[in-house]
Amino acid sequence: MVSIRQNAYRDVLPDFRNLGVVARVLIAVNVAAFAAMLLAATDLAQVLERFVEGAAFLEPLLLGIILVLFALAGLLRRLPYWLGCAAVVALVMALVAAYVVAIGMAPALPRMLLLSALTTGALLVYFRLLTKAHSPALAEARLQALQARIRPHFLFNSLNAVLSLIRRDPQRAERALEDLADLFRTLMSDARQFVRLADEIALLERYASLEQLRLGERLRISWDIDHAPSDALLPPLVLQPLLENAVFHGVEPGTGTSDVLVSITRRGDRVVASIENPYVVMDGQPAEMLRAGNRMALDNIRERLQLFFDAEARIATHAAAGRYRVEIEMPYRAKAR
Amino acid sequence: MKIFIVDDEAPARERLKELLGDIAQEVPTRVVGEARNGLEAIEQAPQSGAQVLLLDIQMPGMGGLEVARHLAALEEPPRIVFVTAHERHAVEAFELNALDYLMKPVRAERLAAALRKASVPESGKLARAAGGAAREYLSVAERNRISLVPVRDILFLRAEQKYVTARTRSHEHLVEEPLIALEREFAARFVRIHRNCLVARAAIRGFERAPGDEEEAHWLVVLDGIDERLPVSRRQWPMLRDLVA
Repeated sequence: MVSIRQNAYRDVLPDFRNLGVVARVLIAVNVAAFAAMLLAATDLAQVLERFVEGAAFLEPLLLGIILVLFALAGLLRRLPYWLGCAAVVALVMALVAAYVVAIGMAPALPRMLLLSALTTGALLVYFRLLTKAHSPALAEARLQALQARIRPHFLFNSLNAVLSLIRRDPQRAERALEDLADLFRTLMSDARQFVRLADEIALLERYASLEQLRLGERLRISWDIDHAPSDALLPPLVLQPLLENAVFHGVEPGTGTSDVLVSITRRGDRVVASIENPYVVMDGQPAEMLRAGNRMALDNIRERLQLFFDAEARIATHAAAGRYRVEIEMPYRAKAR
Repeated sequence: MKIFIVDDEAPARERLKELLGDIAQEVPTRVVGEARNGLEAIEQAPQSGAQVLLLDIQMPGMGGLEVARHLAALEEPPRIVFVTAHERHAVEAFELNALDYLMKPVRAERLAAALRKASVPESGKLARAAGGAAREYLSVAERNRISLVPVRDILFLRAEQKYVTARTRSHEHLVEEPLIALEREFAARFVRIHRNCLVARAAIRGFERAPGDEEEAHWLVVLDGIDERLPVSRRQWPMLRDLVA
């Protein structure tokens, strides 16, 4: 099984636009400078004096470097990690060289270059350890928190529907309970594992058959999934909440029959899934609340897609001509990388 | 006991009928009607002679809480037992003086207990007002019938002697509710222009100066869709002027 862990452990350069990172750099460099003075001076008074002198030299340079890194942060992040590190060190050394020459201290150049390279290298190692210590835990905690949740009213209404079947149609009731069991097994499973698209589609069908039981002819689902790549891997419960949203916002508020269209297909190296439902326009406040609920579910899925696929997945919504459509696009990955 | 069932899900209605059958020994009942949503319920329940409504809350069109509030206008409103999968409406349901609040899936014993309460003489009439959301309709009761006026169609509400007139583009309806309560419930939609009159904010097209009276300016509201002009009281004018500006 492929897991999110690999993604979470991947080395990345520190974010030079992050206030925490900038503060750490400032503090670390200044403390190091102070320590150097402490080592070189003969008494405490001299340490302070020299530190103030040193600061006049150091701070403009340091601020300049931070500004340049801030400006180039986006570019640097796109480089592979080690290349990015090398680029940062080179950049810092170049800036130091320019600064030292500009203020007329050329003789001290080799010493300064060595010093800046060492400091930068040490800081990069420090940031690497820091991310390593924090990010997997963070990603896991976020995933757990983001684990898709089924609306409680769905569970209770479904159980109620099953109860109504037990005497009239025991076999249908049995199937419905099995569907419910499968659905909840997935819901309670490990949110960090990839699942096969075929399994997610099976889950969609189970969910749909439960809703069909409850809503009868009010719900009409068309499936366009013949070209879905069944071996594609995706995070669990990415599609089911979308179908649930479609039923909750598009079908349940309507009194007549509502059409929902589920379509999943492969386009080159991308998997594209879309779910479309009628857009029920309502008066006043409740609609606002509903929309907020819908957005929350979408944000949840978006964030999970990002944790699994980074920037390679996309989720978009369109509302037009009384129809509402959510479309997810993600990279086609068939096996562990 | 005559029962009317309102639920948008067919299996849920079936289930309630099964349960009523199960407890028939204990609490004899007869189902006199069923509705699939709130509007159907308002239309059919009053004439059905139902004594108890088993009423779902979350339904398309009109929810159960609003149904209960409209039925309260009847001379002899049925008792209401809410049956829902949600816990969160319980407080509002009891503010409406509901007989009971049952959670789906319902147990036979709980249903029997709720219905037994209905056979005890009324403890209090179904209440009309509750702290919850504003209704989508106003209701006018005529003996065994309730007619609904969509709140979004109302241009103004004016207190007459005994009633409040609700004016839409095409009709006038008499509503038996105090203007002050309507003002509170629909504060988001209506604004007071005079001691006896609320006007739909969205319908205000502008203001006109009343003819005559040069010294003390006197203003009239111009509304969308009707020719009638309504006087603005001196007290409300500054607030209204700010609203338009």
